[in-house]
Amino acid sequence: MPPLGDLIWTTLAAFLTFCIFSFLYKDNPFYKFAEHLVVGVSAGYFTMLLYFEGFIPKVFVPIFKEGKLYYFIPAILGVLMWTRFSKKWAWISRYPIAIYIGIGTGVAIPLEMQTKVVQQLRASMTAISFNGSAGLNNLLVVLGVFCALVYFFFSKEHKGLFGGVAKFGIWILMIGFGTGFGLTVMGRVSLLIDRVKFLAETWWPMFKAFVGAVL
Amino acid sequence: MAFYEKLMGLDRRWVYLSVGIAVLIPFFIPFDVPVYTTPEVKAVYDFVESLKEGEVLFLAIDYDPNAMAELHPTARVIMRQAFSQNVKLVISALSQNGPGMAEQLISEISKEFGKKSGIDYCYLGYKPYPGITILAMGQDFRIPFPSDYYGVPLDSMPMMRRIKNYDDVKAVIDVTGTNAIDFWLVNANARYKVKLAAAVTGVMAADYYPYLQSGQLFGLLSGLKGASEYEVLANQKGFAFSGMRIQTIAHIVVILFIVIGNIGFFISRTQRKK
Repeated sequence: MPPLGDLIWTTLAAFLTFCIFSFLYKDNPFYKFAEHLVVGVSAGYFTMLLYFEGFIPKVFVPIFKEGKLYYFIPAILGVLMWTRFSKKWAWISRYPIAIYIGIGTGVAIPLEMQTKVVQQLRASMTAISFNGSAGLNNLLVVLGVFCALVYFFFSKEHKGLFGGVAKFGIWILMIGFGTGFGLTVMGRVSLLIDRVKFLAETWWPMFKAFVGAVL
Repeated sequence: MAFYEKLMGLDRRWVYLSVGIAVLIPFFIPFDVPVYTTPEVKAVYDFVESLKEGEVLFLAIDYDPNAMAELHPTARVIMRQAFSQNVKLVISALSQNGPGMAEQLISEISKEFGKKSGIDYCYLGYKPYPGITILAMGQDFRIPFPSDYYGVPLDSMPMMRRIKNYDDVKAVIDVTGTNAIDFWLVNANARYKVKLAAAVTGVMAADYYPYLQSGQLFGLLSGLKGASEYEVLANQKGFAFSGMRIQTIAHIVVILFIVIGNIGFFISRTQRKK
Protein backbone atom coordinates (compact mmCIF):
# COMPACT_ATOMS: atom_id res chain seq x y z
CA MET A 1 0.00 0.00 0.00
CA PRO A 2 1.40 3.45 -0.90
CA PRO A 3 2.05 5.95 1.94
CA LEU A 4 -1.20 7.75 2.74
CA GLY A 5 0.41 11.21 2.41
CA ASP A 6 1.66 10.43 -1.12
CA LEU A 7 -1.74 9.06 -2.08
CA ILE A 8 -3.61 12.13 -0.80
CA TRP A 9 -1.34 14.65 -2.57
CA THR A 10 -1.20 12.64 -5.79
CA THR A 11 -4.99 12.20 -5.80
CA LEU A 12 -5.40 15.93 -5.21
CA ALA A 13 -3.12 16.59 -8.21
CA ALA A 14 -5.15 14.14 -10.30
CA PHE A 15 -8.41 15.79 -9.20
CA LEU A 16 -7.10 19.25 -10.16
CA THR A 17 -5.93 17.87 -13.52
CA PHE A 18 -9.47 16.59 -14.20
CA CYS A 19 -10.86 19.95 -13.05
CA ILE A 20 -8.74 21.78 -15.62
CA PHE A 21 -9.54 19.28 -18.39
CA SER A 22 -13.26 19.71 -17.70
CA PHE A 23 -13.03 23.13 -19.37
CA LEU A 24 -12.63 21.35 -22.71
CA TYR A 25 -16.28 20.37 -22.43
CA LYS A 26 -17.47 23.72 -21.09
CA ASP A 27 -16.76 26.29 -18.40
CA ASN A 28 -17.79 25.01 -14.95
CA PRO A 29 -17.22 25.62 -11.21
CA PHE A 30 -14.58 22.86 -10.93
CA TYR A 31 -12.46 24.54 -13.61
CA LYS A 32 -12.95 27.93 -11.96
CA PHE A 33 -11.87 26.51 -8.60
CA ALA A 34 -8.67 24.99 -10.04
CA GLU A 35 -7.88 28.13 -12.03
CA HIS A 36 -8.29 30.40 -9.00
CA LEU A 37 -6.22 28.02 -6.90
CA VAL A 38 -3.33 28.22 -9.38
CA VAL A 39 -3.48 32.02 -9.48
CA GLY A 40 -3.69 32.27 -5.69
CA VAL A 41 -0.89 29.82 -4.98
CA SER A 42 1.38 31.45 -7.60
CA ALA A 43 0.76 34.95 -6.24
CA GLY A 44 1.35 33.82 -2.65
CA TYR A 45 4.50 31.91 -3.55
CA PHE A 46 5.92 34.83 -5.54
CA THR A 47 5.13 37.38 -2.82
CA MET A 48 6.99 35.36 -0.20
CA LEU A 49 9.87 34.68 -2.60
CA LEU A 50 10.18 38.38 -3.38
CA TYR A 51 10.18 39.19 0.34
CA PHE A 52 12.80 36.62 1.29
CA GLU A 53 15.00 36.90 -1.82
CA GLY A 54 14.57 40.64 -2.46
CA PHE A 55 13.58 42.70 0.55
CA ILE A 56 15.42 40.80 3.28
CA PRO A 57 18.86 40.36 1.60
CA LYS A 58 18.84 43.59 -0.41
CA VAL A 59 17.20 46.05 2.01
CA PHE A 60 16.86 44.77 5.57
CA VAL A 61 20.21 43.00 6.02
CA PRO A 62 22.45 45.67 4.41
CA ILE A 63 20.82 48.56 6.30
CA PHE A 64 20.00 47.12 9.68
CA LYS A 65 22.59 44.37 10.11
CA GLU A 66 25.57 45.52 8.05
CA GLY A 67 25.12 49.26 8.63
CA LYS A 68 25.37 50.14 4.91
CA LEU A 69 23.29 53.28 5.20
CA TYR A 70 23.67 54.23 1.51
CA TYR A 71 21.21 51.42 0.78
CA PHE A 72 18.61 53.84 2.13
CA ILE A 73 18.82 55.79 -1.16
CA PRO A 74 17.43 53.03 -3.44
CA ALA A 75 15.11 51.90 -0.65
CA ILE A 76 13.60 55.39 -0.35
CA LEU A 77 13.30 55.60 -4.13
CA GLY A 78 11.40 52.32 -4.01
CA VAL A 79 9.09 53.59 -1.29
CA LEU A 80 8.42 56.76 -3.31
CA MET A 81 6.95 54.60 -6.08
CA TRP A 82 4.03 53.95 -3.72
CA THR A 83 3.03 57.61 -3.80
CA ARG A 84 1.24 56.77 -7.06
CA PHE A 85 -1.65 55.59 -4.91
CA SER A 86 -2.25 59.16 -3.70
CA LYS A 87 -3.62 61.75 -6.13
CA LYS A 88 -1.97 64.52 -4.15
CA TRP A 89 1.52 63.02 -3.96
CA ALA A 90 1.59 60.96 -7.17
CA TRP A 91 3.95 63.47 -8.85
CA ILE A 92 6.75 62.35 -6.50
CA SER A 93 6.72 58.88 -8.06
CA ARG A 94 8.00 60.43 -11.32
CA TYR A 95 11.47 60.83 -9.79
CA PRO A 96 12.15 57.15 -9.05
CA ILE A 97 10.47 56.20 -12.35
CA ALA A 98 12.73 58.66 -14.22
CA ILE A 99 15.85 57.22 -12.57
CA TYR A 100 14.67 53.66 -13.24
CA ILE A 101 13.93 54.38 -16.91
CA GLY A 102 17.17 56.31 -17.33
CA ILE A 103 19.30 53.48 -15.98
CA GLY A 104 17.24 50.84 -17.79
CA THR A 105 17.47 52.45 -21.20
CA GLY A 106 21.13 53.36 -20.73
CA VAL A 107 21.99 49.74 -20.05
CA ALA A 108 19.55 48.20 -22.50
CA ILE A 109 19.79 50.29 -25.70
CA PRO A 110 23.41 49.54 -26.73
CA LEU A 111 23.12 45.87 -25.79
CA GLU A 112 19.70 45.40 -27.37
CA MET A 113 20.95 47.08 -30.56
CA GLN A 114 23.98 44.81 -30.60
CA THR A 115 21.95 41.64 -29.93
CA LYS A 116 18.82 42.17 -31.94
CA VAL A 117 19.89 44.48 -34.77
CA VAL A 118 23.64 44.53 -35.45
CA GLN A 119 24.30 40.80 -34.96
CA GLN A 120 21.13 39.84 -36.87
CA LEU A 121 22.05 42.20 -39.73
CA ARG A 122 25.52 40.71 -39.86
CA ALA A 123 24.03 37.21 -40.00
CA SER A 124 21.89 38.17 -42.99
CA MET A 125 24.92 39.48 -44.93
CA THR A 126 26.13 36.11 -46.06
CA ALA A 127 28.07 34.81 -49.03
CA ILE A 128 25.51 33.87 -51.69
CA SER A 129 26.36 31.10 -54.11
CA PHE A 130 24.61 28.43 -56.14
CA ASN A 131 27.14 25.79 -55.13
CA GLY A 132 26.18 23.48 -52.34
CA SER A 133 23.43 23.63 -49.71
CA ALA A 134 25.19 26.28 -47.57
CA GLY A 135 25.33 28.77 -50.45
CA LEU A 136 21.69 28.14 -51.38
CA ASN A 137 20.69 28.45 -47.75
CA ASN A 138 22.41 31.83 -47.60
CA LEU A 139 20.60 32.88 -50.77
CA LEU A 140 17.30 31.92 -49.18
CA VAL A 141 18.15 33.92 -46.04
CA VAL A 142 19.03 37.04 -48.04
CA LEU A 143 15.97 36.73 -50.31
CA GLY A 144 13.70 36.04 -47.33
CA VAL A 145 14.94 39.04 -45.35
CA PHE A 146 14.77 41.36 -48.38
CA CYS A 147 11.29 40.32 -49.51
CA ALA A 148 9.82 40.33 -45.99
CA LEU A 149 11.18 43.86 -45.47
CA VAL A 150 9.70 44.94 -48.81
CA TYR A 151 6.28 43.71 -47.64
CA PHE A 152 6.49 46.14 -44.69
CA PHE A 153 7.35 49.08 -46.98
CA PHE A 154 3.97 50.80 -47.29
CA SER A 155 5.02 54.07 -48.97
CA LYS A 156 4.68 52.46 -52.39
CA GLU A 157 1.68 50.56 -53.69
CA HIS A 158 2.23 46.80 -53.82
CA LYS A 159 1.84 46.42 -57.62
CA GLY A 160 3.92 45.00 -60.49
CA LEU A 161 7.43 43.78 -59.66
CA PHE A 162 7.32 45.49 -56.27
CA GLY A 163 4.03 43.71 -55.51
CA GLY A 164 5.50 40.36 -56.58
CA VAL A 165 8.48 40.80 -54.27
CA ALA A 166 6.13 41.78 -51.43
CA LYS A 167 3.99 38.71 -52.14
CA PHE A 168 7.06 36.48 -51.86
CA GLY A 169 7.71 38.28 -48.56
CA ILE A 170 4.22 37.25 -47.38
CA TRP A 171 4.96 33.61 -48.26
CA ILE A 172 8.14 33.79 -46.22
CA LEU A 173 6.18 35.24 -43.30
CA MET A 174 3.50 32.53 -43.69
CA ILE A 175 6.16 29.82 -43.57
CA GLY A 176 7.43 31.42 -40.37
CA PHE A 177 3.92 31.50 -38.86
CA GLY A 178 3.33 27.90 -39.96
CA THR A 179 6.52 26.81 -38.23
CA GLY A 180 5.42 28.65 -35.12
CA PHE A 181 1.99 26.97 -35.26
CA GLY A 182 3.51 23.50 -35.69
CA LEU A 183 5.83 24.04 -32.75
CA THR A 184 2.94 25.39 -30.67
CA VAL A 185 0.90 22.24 -31.37
CA MET A 186 3.92 20.19 -30.32
CA GLY A 187 4.25 22.21 -27.12
CA ARG A 188 0.57 21.90 -26.19
CA VAL A 189 0.49 18.17 -26.95
CA SER A 190 3.59 17.77 -24.74
CA LEU A 191 1.65 19.26 -21.83
CA LEU A 192 -1.21 16.84 -22.49
CA ILE A 193 1.22 13.91 -22.67
CA ASP A 194 2.70 14.89 -19.31
CA ARG A 195 -0.70 14.97 -17.64
CA VAL A 196 -1.90 11.73 -19.25
CA LYS A 197 1.34 9.99 -18.27
CA PHE A 198 0.95 11.30 -14.73
CA LEU A 199 -2.60 9.99 -14.51
CA ALA A 200 -1.83 6.63 -16.14
CA GLU A 201 1.59 5.86 -14.71
CA THR A 202 1.70 7.63 -11.34
CA TRP A 203 -1.75 8.24 -9.94
CA TRP A 204 -3.75 5.25 -11.27
CA PRO A 205 -1.31 2.49 -10.10
CA MET A 206 -1.10 4.18 -6.68
CA PHE A 207 -4.87 4.52 -6.41
CA LYS A 208 -5.43 0.95 -7.59
CA ALA A 209 -2.92 -0.39 -5.02
CA PHE A 210 -4.68 1.55 -2.28
CA VAL A 211 -8.15 0.33 -3.27
CA GLY A 212 -6.78 -3.24 -3.54
CA ALA A 213 -5.25 -3.02 -0.05
CA VAL A 214 -8.43 -1.59 1.49
CA LEU A 215 -10.71 -4.17 -0.11
CA MET B 1 -27.17 20.36 -44.38
CA ALA B 2 -24.45 19.53 -46.92
CA PHE B 3 -21.42 17.47 -45.88
CA TYR B 4 -19.01 20.39 -46.25
CA GLU B 5 -21.26 22.58 -44.10
CA LYS B 6 -21.16 19.94 -41.39
CA LEU B 7 -17.36 19.96 -41.64
CA MET B 8 -17.21 23.73 -41.26
CA GLY B 9 -19.53 23.64 -38.26
CA LEU B 10 -17.82 20.74 -36.48
CA ASP B 11 -17.93 21.20 -32.72
CA ARG B 12 -14.38 21.74 -31.48
CA ARG B 13 -15.05 19.24 -28.66
CA TRP B 14 -14.86 16.45 -31.24
CA VAL B 15 -11.31 17.60 -31.98
CA TYR B 16 -10.44 17.52 -28.26
CA LEU B 17 -11.99 14.07 -27.88
CA SER B 18 -10.11 12.73 -30.92
CA VAL B 19 -6.76 14.10 -29.68
CA GLY B 20 -7.51 12.69 -26.21
CA ILE B 21 -8.20 9.22 -27.61
CA ALA B 22 -5.12 9.46 -29.86
CA VAL B 23 -2.94 10.25 -26.87
CA LEU B 24 -4.24 7.15 -25.05
CA ILE B 25 -3.58 4.72 -27.94
CA PRO B 26 0.20 4.33 -27.33
CA PHE B 27 -0.52 3.24 -23.73
CA PHE B 28 -2.38 0.19 -25.05
CA ILE B 29 -0.37 -0.46 -28.22
CA PRO B 30 3.30 0.10 -27.38
CA PHE B 31 5.58 1.03 -30.28
CA ASP B 32 8.63 3.21 -30.86
CA VAL B 33 9.20 5.93 -33.41
CA PRO B 34 12.67 6.75 -34.73
CA VAL B 35 14.10 9.98 -33.33
CA TYR B 36 16.56 11.73 -35.64
CA THR B 37 19.05 14.16 -34.18
CA THR B 38 19.46 17.67 -35.53
CA PRO B 39 22.76 19.62 -35.66
CA GLU B 40 21.55 22.27 -33.19
CA VAL B 41 20.87 19.61 -30.52
CA LYS B 42 24.02 17.64 -31.28
CA ALA B 43 26.09 20.83 -30.89
CA VAL B 44 24.95 21.13 -27.26
CA TYR B 45 25.46 17.44 -26.57
CA ASP B 46 28.94 17.44 -28.13
CA PHE B 47 29.90 20.53 -26.18
CA VAL B 48 28.91 19.04 -22.81
CA GLU B 49 30.56 15.78 -23.82
CA SER B 50 33.81 17.63 -24.57
CA LEU B 51 34.01 19.13 -21.08
CA LYS B 52 36.76 17.73 -18.90
CA GLU B 53 36.52 16.65 -15.27
CA GLY B 54 36.40 19.64 -12.94
CA GLU B 55 35.37 22.14 -15.61
CA VAL B 56 32.33 24.28 -14.85
CA LEU B 57 29.04 24.55 -16.71
CA PHE B 58 26.33 27.07 -15.84
CA LEU B 59 22.85 25.58 -16.08
CA ALA B 60 20.04 28.12 -15.89
CA ILE B 61 16.74 26.45 -14.97
CA ASP B 62 14.51 29.38 -15.91
CA TYR B 63 11.07 27.83 -16.15
CA ASP B 64 7.98 27.40 -14.01
CA PRO B 65 6.18 24.13 -13.27
CA ASN B 66 3.80 24.88 -16.17
CA ALA B 67 6.66 24.20 -18.62
CA MET B 68 7.92 21.09 -16.78
CA ALA B 69 6.51 18.70 -19.37
CA GLU B 70 8.69 20.13 -22.11
CA LEU B 71 11.77 21.26 -20.23
CA HIS B 72 12.29 18.99 -17.24
CA PRO B 73 13.53 16.11 -19.45
CA THR B 74 16.14 18.44 -20.98
CA ALA B 75 17.37 19.77 -17.63
CA ARG B 76 17.47 16.22 -16.26
CA VAL B 77 19.45 14.71 -19.13
CA ILE B 78 21.98 17.59 -19.26
CA MET B 79 22.49 17.42 -15.50
CA ARG B 80 23.00 13.65 -15.67
CA GLN B 81 25.47 13.99 -18.54
CA ALA B 82 27.46 16.66 -16.67
CA PHE B 83 27.54 14.76 -13.37
CA SER B 84 28.50 11.50 -15.09
CA GLN B 85 31.59 13.33 -16.46
CA ASN B 86 32.34 14.98 -13.09
CA VAL B 87 31.68 18.39 -14.60
CA LYS B 88 30.80 20.94 -11.92
CA LEU B 89 27.51 22.79 -12.21
CA VAL B 90 26.50 26.29 -11.19
CA ILE B 91 22.72 26.38 -11.32
CA SER B 92 20.29 29.28 -11.13
CA ALA B 93 16.49 29.43 -11.23
CA LEU B 94 15.40 32.88 -12.37
CA SER B 95 11.76 32.12 -13.04
CA GLN B 96 9.51 33.18 -10.18
CA ASN B 97 7.69 29.88 -9.57
CA GLY B 98 10.61 27.62 -10.45
CA PRO B 99 13.13 27.58 -7.56
CA GLY B 100 11.39 24.87 -5.53
CA MET B 101 10.86 22.70 -8.60
CA ALA B 102 14.51 23.13 -9.63
CA GLU B 103 15.67 22.21 -6.12
CA GLN B 104 13.64 19.00 -6.28
CA LEU B 105 15.30 18.03 -9.56
CA ILE B 106 18.80 18.93 -8.35
CA SER B 107 18.34 16.86 -5.15
CA GLU B 108 17.10 13.89 -7.17
CA ILE B 109 19.96 13.89 -9.70
CA SER B 110 22.72 14.77 -7.23
CA LYS B 111 21.64 11.87 -4.99
CA GLU B 112 21.70 9.54 -7.98
CA PHE B 113 25.34 10.46 -8.69
CA GLY B 114 26.42 11.01 -5.07
CA LYS B 115 27.23 14.69 -5.70
CA LYS B 116 27.53 17.23 -2.90
CA SER B 117 26.35 20.84 -2.76
CA GLY B 118 29.28 23.25 -2.59
CA ILE B 119 31.73 20.65 -3.87
CA ASP B 120 30.24 19.32 -7.10
CA TYR B 121 27.49 21.84 -7.72
CA CYS B 122 26.24 25.16 -6.45
CA TYR B 123 22.54 25.96 -6.57
CA LEU B 124 22.22 29.74 -6.49
CA GLY B 125 18.42 29.81 -6.51
CA TYR B 126 16.29 32.84 -7.37
CA LYS B 127 16.68 36.59 -7.32
CA PRO B 128 14.08 38.99 -8.70
CA TYR B 129 14.64 40.85 -11.98
CA PRO B 130 16.49 38.32 -14.15
CA GLY B 131 18.01 40.98 -16.44
CA ILE B 132 19.76 42.79 -13.59
CA THR B 133 20.75 39.50 -11.94
CA ILE B 134 22.33 38.17 -15.16
CA LEU B 135 24.17 41.45 -15.72
CA ALA B 136 25.49 41.50 -12.15
CA MET B 137 26.70 37.90 -12.36
CA GLY B 138 29.02 39.03 -15.16
CA GLN B 139 31.00 40.95 -12.55
CA ASP B 140 30.74 38.49 -9.71
CA PHE B 141 28.24 35.76 -8.84
CA ARG B 142 28.45 37.03 -5.27
CA ILE B 143 26.80 40.38 -6.10
CA PRO B 144 23.30 38.96 -6.64
CA PHE B 145 24.00 35.72 -4.76
CA PRO B 146 26.21 36.25 -1.67
CA SER B 147 24.91 32.87 -0.54
CA ASP B 148 23.33 29.90 -2.29
CA TYR B 149 19.70 28.70 -2.18
CA TYR B 150 20.30 27.00 1.18
CA GLY B 151 21.85 30.13 2.73
CA VAL B 152 25.46 28.91 2.59
CA PRO B 153 27.89 31.76 1.71
CA LEU B 154 29.49 31.22 -1.70
CA ASP B 155 32.94 32.03 -0.31
CA SER B 156 32.70 29.12 2.10
CA MET B 157 32.19 26.60 -0.70
CA PRO B 158 35.30 24.74 -1.92
CA MET B 159 33.95 24.71 -5.47
CA MET B 160 33.16 28.44 -5.62
CA ARG B 161 36.54 29.65 -4.32
CA ARG B 162 37.97 29.63 -7.84
CA ILE B 163 34.78 30.72 -9.58
CA LYS B 164 34.09 34.42 -9.76
CA ASN B 165 32.01 35.18 -12.85
CA TYR B 166 31.21 33.98 -16.39
CA ASP B 167 34.94 33.91 -17.23
CA ASP B 168 35.21 30.85 -15.02
CA VAL B 169 32.42 28.83 -16.64
CA LYS B 170 32.75 27.14 -20.01
CA ALA B 171 29.24 28.03 -21.17
CA VAL B 172 25.72 28.82 -20.08
CA ILE B 173 22.87 26.53 -21.08
CA ASP B 174 19.56 28.26 -20.47
CA VAL B 175 16.60 25.90 -20.13
CA THR B 176 13.72 28.31 -20.27
CA GLY B 177 10.01 28.77 -20.78
CA THR B 178 10.18 32.54 -20.25
CA ASN B 179 11.85 35.56 -21.83
CA ALA B 180 14.89 34.96 -19.59
CA ILE B 181 16.70 33.81 -22.74
CA ASP B 182 16.45 37.39 -24.07
CA PHE B 183 18.23 38.62 -20.96
CA TRP B 184 20.90 35.94 -21.36
CA LEU B 185 21.39 36.96 -24.99
CA VAL B 186 21.58 40.67 -24.20
CA ASN B 187 23.21 40.82 -20.78
CA ALA B 188 25.49 37.79 -20.92
CA ASN B 189 26.20 36.93 -24.56
CA ALA B 190 26.40 40.47 -25.99
CA ARG B 191 27.84 42.12 -22.87
CA TYR B 192 30.29 39.47 -21.63
CA LYS B 193 30.69 37.25 -24.75
CA VAL B 194 29.38 34.25 -22.83
CA LYS B 195 29.05 31.07 -24.88
CA LEU B 196 25.32 30.41 -24.80
CA ALA B 197 22.93 27.62 -25.74
CA ALA B 198 19.20 27.42 -25.10
CA ALA B 199 16.50 24.85 -24.55
CA VAL B 200 13.12 26.49 -25.03
CA THR B 201 9.47 25.43 -25.17
CA GLY B 202 7.99 24.52 -28.54
CA VAL B 203 5.97 27.73 -28.63
CA MET B 204 9.14 29.82 -28.31
CA ALA B 205 11.46 27.86 -30.59
CA ALA B 206 10.67 29.58 -33.91
CA ASP B 207 11.59 32.95 -32.38
CA TYR B 208 15.09 31.82 -31.42
CA TYR B 209 16.28 30.09 -34.59
CA PRO B 210 17.57 33.43 -35.96
CA TYR B 211 19.96 33.59 -32.99
CA LEU B 212 21.19 30.12 -33.82
CA GLN B 213 21.78 31.10 -37.44
CA SER B 214 23.66 34.24 -36.35
CA GLY B 215 25.87 32.21 -34.00
CA GLN B 216 24.67 34.03 -30.85
CA LEU B 217 23.44 30.62 -29.68
CA PHE B 218 25.70 27.65 -30.32
CA GLY B 219 22.85 25.17 -29.88
CA LEU B 220 19.09 25.08 -29.52
CA LEU B 221 16.70 22.44 -28.18
CA SER B 222 13.04 22.95 -28.97
CA GLY B 223 10.54 21.48 -26.56
CA LEU B 224 9.99 17.77 -26.10
CA LYS B 225 11.46 16.98 -29.54
CA GLY B 226 14.78 18.58 -28.59
CA ALA B 227 14.76 16.71 -25.28
CA SER B 228 14.05 13.39 -27.01
CA GLU B 229 16.98 13.95 -29.39
CA TYR B 230 19.22 14.70 -26.44
CA GLU B 231 18.03 11.58 -24.62
CA VAL B 232 18.91 9.49 -27.67
CA LEU B 233 22.35 11.09 -28.00
CA ALA B 234 23.08 10.64 -24.29
CA ASN B 235 21.68 7.10 -24.40
CA GLN B 236 19.27 7.96 -21.59
CA LYS B 237 15.91 7.26 -23.18
CA GLY B 238 13.21 8.51 -20.83
CA PHE B 239 10.10 10.65 -20.70
CA ALA B 240 10.82 12.69 -23.84
CA PHE B 241 11.66 9.66 -25.99
CA SER B 242 8.56 7.77 -24.91
CA GLY B 243 6.52 10.94 -25.37
CA MET B 244 7.47 11.18 -29.05
CA ARG B 245 5.33 8.21 -30.06
CA ILE B 246 2.33 9.90 -28.46
CA GLN B 247 3.31 13.15 -30.19
CA THR B 248 3.36 11.33 -33.53
CA ILE B 249 -0.18 9.98 -33.14
CA ALA B 250 -1.51 13.32 -31.86
CA HIS B 251 0.12 15.19 -34.76
CA ILE B 252 -1.43 12.81 -37.29
CA VAL B 253 -4.86 13.55 -35.80
CA VAL B 254 -4.21 17.33 -35.89
CA ILE B 255 -2.99 17.12 -39.51
CA LEU B 256 -6.11 15.13 -40.45
CA PHE B 257 -8.34 17.79 -38.92
CA ILE B 258 -6.43 20.54 -40.75
CA VAL B 259 -6.89 18.66 -44.05
CA ILE B 260 -10.59 18.05 -43.35
CA GLY B 261 -11.08 21.70 -42.35
CA ASN B 262 -9.40 22.88 -45.54
CA ILE B 263 -11.48 20.54 -47.70
CA GLY B 264 -14.61 21.97 -46.08
CA PHE B 265 -13.35 25.53 -46.57
CA PHE B 266 -12.46 25.11 -50.26
CA ILE B 267 -15.70 23.28 -51.12
CA SER B 268 -17.79 25.92 -49.38
CA ARG B 269 -15.87 28.69 -51.19
CA THR B 270 -16.45 26.99 -54.54
CA GLN B 271 -20.15 26.60 -53.72
CA ARG B 272 -20.44 30.27 -52.75
CA LYS B 273 -18.83 31.35 -56.05
CA LYS B 274 -21.38 29.25 -57.97
